[in-house]
Amino acid sequence: ITYILRCQRSFATDVPKITTHYTVYPREQDPRWKGVNMERISDDVDVLIVGAGPAGLSAAIRLKQLANDKGKELRVCVLEKASELGGHTLSGACLEPRALNELFPDWKNMGAPVTQEVTSDQFYFLTKSSALPIPLLPGMPLNNYGNYLIRLGNLVRWLGEQAEALGVELYPGCAASEVLYHEDGSVKGIATNDVGIAKDGSPKDSFQRGMEFNAKVTMFGEGCHGHLSKTLFKKFDLRKNCEHQSYGIGLKELWEVDPALHRPGRVEHTVGWPFNTDGKNLYGGSFLYHIQEDAPLVSVGIVIGLDYKNPYVNPFQELQQLKTHPHHVKLFKSGKRIGYGARALNEGGFQSIPKLTFPGGCLIGCSPGFLNVPKIKGIHNAMKSGMLAAEAVFETLTDDHKVASSKTAGLDPESYEDKIRASWIWKELKSVRNVRPSFNTSLGVYGGLAYTGLVYYLLRGKEPVTLSHGEPDHACLKPAAECKRLEYPKPDGEVTFDLLSSVALTGTNHDHDEPPHLTLKDDSVPVARNLAIFDGPEQRFCPAGVYEYVETEDGRGHRLQINAQNCIHCKTCDIKDPSQNINWVCPQGGEGPAYNGM
Amino acid sequence: MSGIRVLVGCKRVIDYAVKIRVKPDKSGVVTDGVKHSMNPFDEIAVEEAVRLKEKKIVSEIVAVSCGPTQCQEVLRTAMAMGADRAIHVEVDPATYDHLQPLHVAKILSKVAQEEKVDLVLTGKQAIDDDANQTGQMIAALLDWPQATFASKVEKTNGELKVLREIDGGLETIKVRLPAVLTTDLRLNQPRYATLPNIMKAKKKPLVKKTPADYGVDVTPRQKVLKVEDPPVRQAGAKLASVEELVAKLRDAGLIPT
Repeated sequence: ITYILRCQRSFATDVPKITTHYTVYPREQDPRWKGVNMERISDDVDVLIVGAGPAGLSAAIRLKQLANDKGKELRVCVLEKASELGGHTLSGACLEPRALNELFPDWKNMGAPVTQEVTSDQFYFLTKSSALPIPLLPGMPLNNYGNYLIRLGNLVRWLGEQAEALGVELYPGCAASEVLYHEDGSVKGIATNDVGIAKDGSPKDSFQRGMEFNAKVTMFGEGCHGHLSKTLFKKFDLRKNCEHQSYGIGLKELWEVDPALHRPGRVEHTVGWPFNTDGKNLYGGSFLYHIQEDAPLVSVGIVIGLDYKNPYVNPFQELQQLKTHPHHVKLFKSGKRIGYGARALNEGGFQSIPKLTFPGGCLIGCSPGFLNVPKIKGIHNAMKSGMLAAEAVFETLTDDHKVASSKTAGLDPESYEDKIRASWIWKELKSVRNVRPSFNTSLGVYGGLAYTGLVYYLLRGKEPVTLSHGEPDHACLKPAAECKRLEYPKPDGEVTFDLLSSVALTGTNHDHDEPPHLTLKDDSVPVARNLAIFDGPEQRFCPAGVYEYVETEDGRGHRLQINAQNCIHCKTCDIKDPSQNINWVCPQGGEGPAYNGM
Repeated sequence: MSGIRVLVGCKRVIDYAVKIRVKPDKSGVVTDGVKHSMNPFDEIAVEEAVRLKEKKIVSEIVAVSCGPTQCQEVLRTAMAMGADRAIHVEVDPATYDHLQPLHVAKILSKVAQEEKVDLVLTGKQAIDDDANQTGQMIAALLDWPQATFASKVEKTNGELKVLREIDGGLETIKVRLPAVLTTDLRLNQPRYATLPNIMKAKKKPLVKKTPADYGVDVTPRQKVLKVEDPPVRQAGAKLASVEELVAKLRDAGLIPT
């Protein structure tokens, strides 16, 4: 019997090398790295916090408040990959001040940038030409009286100032790129990124090793789908007893508008058009907030569930389209766009809350995921989770018996999970747990609205059943051949814009001579699978134009071009890649977008 | 025999990757909350000073920056790269808006004299105003030789041999110390300011002064009347033939009918 070996990938040798990062090509086996000194300086702290977002900073502040109250010395360090606090922070945002009230009861007099109270609250069902108002009864998730419209980047900056005043060490521009482990398998701390590696993966003259931070407890507050948290889920099997996380992508623009059309404190949320036209059955909605600061500002954006099926969906274009609706368009014609950004967010809610602690650390904020999806609010829960974790960590560190009897060198702040279960975060998320999954039936948005209006409104989550999330987002795409090709109108340069000028507004930048941080496990998969079956959806779901399929020089095929410099760190590609071939790793610290009060 | 003492001028400017926005009142550009960093050419100057120190040609590096409180971030970066000390000449934000190269040149000259330096190193120009004046003015005020647009620096006896990038190509000159040097892009690749060095830099001395301490009057001698966006580029049109081109030129009144 003769076996004819078919070479399945006859073009394997033609695949140009895209990925050069050492996480795919280890340096220990790379001859170019022979003899390079790989030693790292290390520093010891009591508590290390990865991520200076609302959760990380609230945790740092709470730790120092507790330490100062009890007269204990505690070295708390916060690492942040953005070059300045708030640089990578993006949100709507409509803040429920519940957690802020607990963290700083006197925040109003402390100059917190939380000044715009909600003055009117509207909810619309949009059709192509009209906006049907839907009444917001008290108790409905989207009822916002008592809340504040804020620019989260500015709140984060202010929290950073408060943290430093309390003695927290803040290190912006430092990316945590590797989790360090003790020999017993517990988390020892993290290592920051190396610098001075060339695009082809070889060491440059300016090569310098990152440094190590060793901590008794490491708290991970990296936001949605954090790259280090991703590895912790696997290592400690933290998702053993919960569902997978499901995600959405949020895109946002900041506009300066005509004062005559500006209504400070006005909140508008919409569903319907354009998310349910053209056969799209997107879980999608928009927000529009009027904020009065030195100038009349409007924050507008959309959230689209990443469980969509049609690979031709383009979230950036959906946002551009939304602005052209007759209900909104006058506002934008009168105005000037001053900001753009995007970020993935959690939609899994209650069903997707993982185990929160492990030997040596815990997860806080959106890294585990406490976003209340129907309310589209996560900041208050993120802050509260940081505060509860801080209390648990402080208890663990100051309990000499716990420390002595710990089986591992890294301490496990176990009481954090109990605190979460006993808190208002748990109650809140449990009550809305079925709203998001209710949009997943064939009735789409109508089913979801009906469920929220009837079942949620009457039962507030006391219904005995818990709906499941279905397939993970990356498995939801249908082959392109089975789907309708969606066409989006060209930008008019006045209300709607093209992608590249939008990316320019984010101020994002990465060293052109560093290995692309969007790494592929297998360089041949994009053309062989993503392009062949799904017509290259990453060209459309990336809100920064990182991925492009360009013709090869010989004109016979295509290759994937990764424009890593454009990346705005939203994590959508890592989540939605149908082949799960893209692995987002951390670029050099200080790189990425430079959001200003987004 | 002690080495050369160097003063490096560092300016805090809006980061080069950030999109600039003109203020609605056209008085300037928006700077509130916008990401700032050290002027790239000044980074090259700091790097060159540090390399000269590593070669034992330079014995001490003093970094100086004029401006509001946030300038200290730029000075910490300079110290993290290898500068030994820093001087922050504090100017309040309102005055800083009108601070001109001549004021800065006067301040840096006085600092250079007080600190008894042998070499002043700055970037050739700042990326916000593109003035390309401060280095040259310092040389004039101190009556020192200048070597501007340096893309290579070598020490030979008591002189510096400098390769300059000029419009016509490359020019090599020799300058005697003390001198003023301004750096151009190809002089070096600045090193990264890594965290261990940033932490060490926190302990290096940073002194705060004011222009008055150096006897410099920073009253503006010029007034900015207006700052505007460049005009929006009009769309071009692709024409099919020469006849069409002639017709369009006639219609626009650019050629006689």
